[in-house]
Amino acid sequence: MAGYIIRRLLWLPVVLFVVSFATFSIARFGPGDPVSVAAGQYRDPEVLERIRAERGLDGSIFEQYGRWLFGDLYPGGSGGGSIRGDFGESFIQRGFTVNELIRKRMLISAQLGFLALVVVFGTGIPLGLLTARFSGTWIDPFVISSLLFLTALPVLVIIPPMLWLFALKLDILPAGGWGGDGFAGIFDVWWIGGVIAVPIPDPHLYMPVFVLSIGGIAGVARLVRITALEVLTEDYVRTARAKGITEAAVALRHVLPNSLLPVVTVIGFALVGILEGAFFTETLLGIPGIGRFSIEAVQSRDYDVILAITVIIATAFLIANLVIEISYTFIDPRVRLGEAVNA
Amino acid sequence: MSAAAVGLEDAEATPGRPAGPWLQLWRRLRRKRIAMIGLAVVLVIYLMGITAQWTAPYSYREQDLTRGLEGPSADHFLGTDRLGRDMLSRVMYSARTTVIITLTVIVTGGMVIGPTLGLLSGYRGGWVDGVIGRVGDIFIALPGLPMLILINASLAPRVIEATGWLEENSLLSGLVQNGVPSYLTVFGALSLFFWVGSMRIIRAQTLQIRERDFVLAAQAMGATTSHVIWRHLLPNVSFLLILGASTALGAVAGSELFLTWFGVGIQPPAPSFGAMIFEAGSVRTFQASPHLLLVPSFFVVSLLFAFALFGDALNDAVRAR
Repeated sequence: MAGYIIRRLLWLPVVLFVVSFATFSIARFGPGDPVSVAAGQYRDPEVLERIRAERGLDGSIFEQYGRWLFGDLYPGGSGGGSIRGDFGESFIQRGFTVNELIRKRMLISAQLGFLALVVVFGTGIPLGLLTARFSGTWIDPFVISSLLFLTALPVLVIIPPMLWLFALKLDILPAGGWGGDGFAGIFDVWWIGGVIAVPIPDPHLYMPVFVLSIGGIAGVARLVRITALEVLTEDYVRTARAKGITEAAVALRHVLPNSLLPVVTVIGFALVGILEGAFFTETLLGIPGIGRFSIEAVQSRDYDVILAITVIIATAFLIANLVIEISYTFIDPRVRLGEAVNA
Repeated sequence: MSAAAVGLEDAEATPGRPAGPWLQLWRRLRRKRIAMIGLAVVLVIYLMGITAQWTAPYSYREQDLTRGLEGPSADHFLGTDRLGRDMLSRVMYSARTTVIITLTVIVTGGMVIGPTLGLLSGYRGGWVDGVIGRVGDIFIALPGLPMLILINASLAPRVIEATGWLEENSLLSGLVQNGVPSYLTVFGALSLFFWVGSMRIIRAQTLQIRERDFVLAAQAMGATTSHVIWRHLLPNVSFLLILGASTALGAVAGSELFLTWFGVGIQPPAPSFGAMIFEAGSVRTFQASPHLLLVPSFFVVSLLFAFALFGDALNDAVRAR
């Protein structure tokens, strides 16, 4: 087990190296570069060349990559280099380091993503147990079909009508944007009689969290349903019922713990889904998070920002996957990592 | 379905030769009404796309600026868009785009590359398995959407250039004008990301099947790797292929919307659902002429919902085997 984890951790930098080099080459291969985007109408070839040289955009792609990766350890490079966590300075937003630009936006997206994850599992698991309990009645196919319908609604299709209804027509939710900084981004304070402060979720969050979670809820609910249906036929459930335990206790004490493993396996997928959803949701609702920022960066060819985001997302994804794999062994001790499957 | 109907089906199957696995799968599916409705919707929309060229009342680029933004009428059943183009015809041609893209991505990425690598990886094991698995890790770790935008933005101009060259030096013509280069880039890029999932599923299944006696028997008789893979392993994972393809079809159709919305997918004037939704996407437009968004959305959501329902039922039918 320890050997397996060490092998996986050793593999991590290799994947990151390939991912960053691939992204680096694709970005550099395309027409246009951040200098020409930033220059706009002003196009003095001599000046553009000088800026390119200043920003390390001259020389072969390997030299450029070397400077990006190793910073001042590489001839002609500057700064700490990405290998030491210094992703350089933004090409488009002059004077800002990539790290500070990303940190602020990452915090916003992390809060949003965390809330969406809570909603996905907080509603998906109970709905899954419910449909399994009522399997064979109309409730089961009705709930599952409704969830599948929500999954089939592309974000791009539902956001304009939602904005129109809730922001324009009924005027009960803000038309997008982000409430405040840090923790205030999630909670809004509601004063009762001007004395008692009650924290309520910021109304800016309702639409994005709803849109981000609808896809995942269906997936989790269907998975929990299938596992719970299997568990419900087990002898220990029949014994528990025979002893007169309430249905709620059966669900909580027997069905839920035994349906957990497959649910844990999809946390990674849910995270990816939320992240992918964040690209559109943040762009459409004007939330200054990492999803919107990465789209802007790709469109303006802000090389260093694109690379930093790709590397950070890839790292987070690989580590999350590893943690999830390790957690299987705690939830189900029968799982042995790194051994050949012999069925 | 009622018990009587189920009994009838079984009675039908008993005499003569036992039904083959595909027929059995089809029979199980046919009993699920939801699956049949889903399949019917998918077929109708695909048929609409395939026949668009002959059945659409107008061309997708025929403009009538004096009749822009009209609601439904006798000569434009679903109204017109900002440029006075017939919405029904645009929808039909958009369905054609969806047909072309989904089928190509599935055939290249989902049905060929992924399963082939999965079979090879699972059967051979060792370093082959290691290399394929690690390459898969890399593609999974890349953030999909920004990468697709980046790849499309970088490659599209070159693909257009190459297609233009092909047009000049061959008898083909109108390729660039009809948006063929943008189709090529979109599915090329999508295929890069769609093989990993099917590769992993097929590999896991292959790991179990390769331990079975019939594989051992084939090996003992001196069968080559390719013979074992094509004759013994492939038939045993073919159900999973169909299942994977039905899931991926919906995902690919959805991806087109997003890519086009970000300006790297299908380029105007070529029609696609993504392009139509993009044109109608702002709240102001929705308030003024809701049919611009509702018409394409209705077809897209029906298609994606139908895929989801059919895929769900197919999943049950395959697992019940």
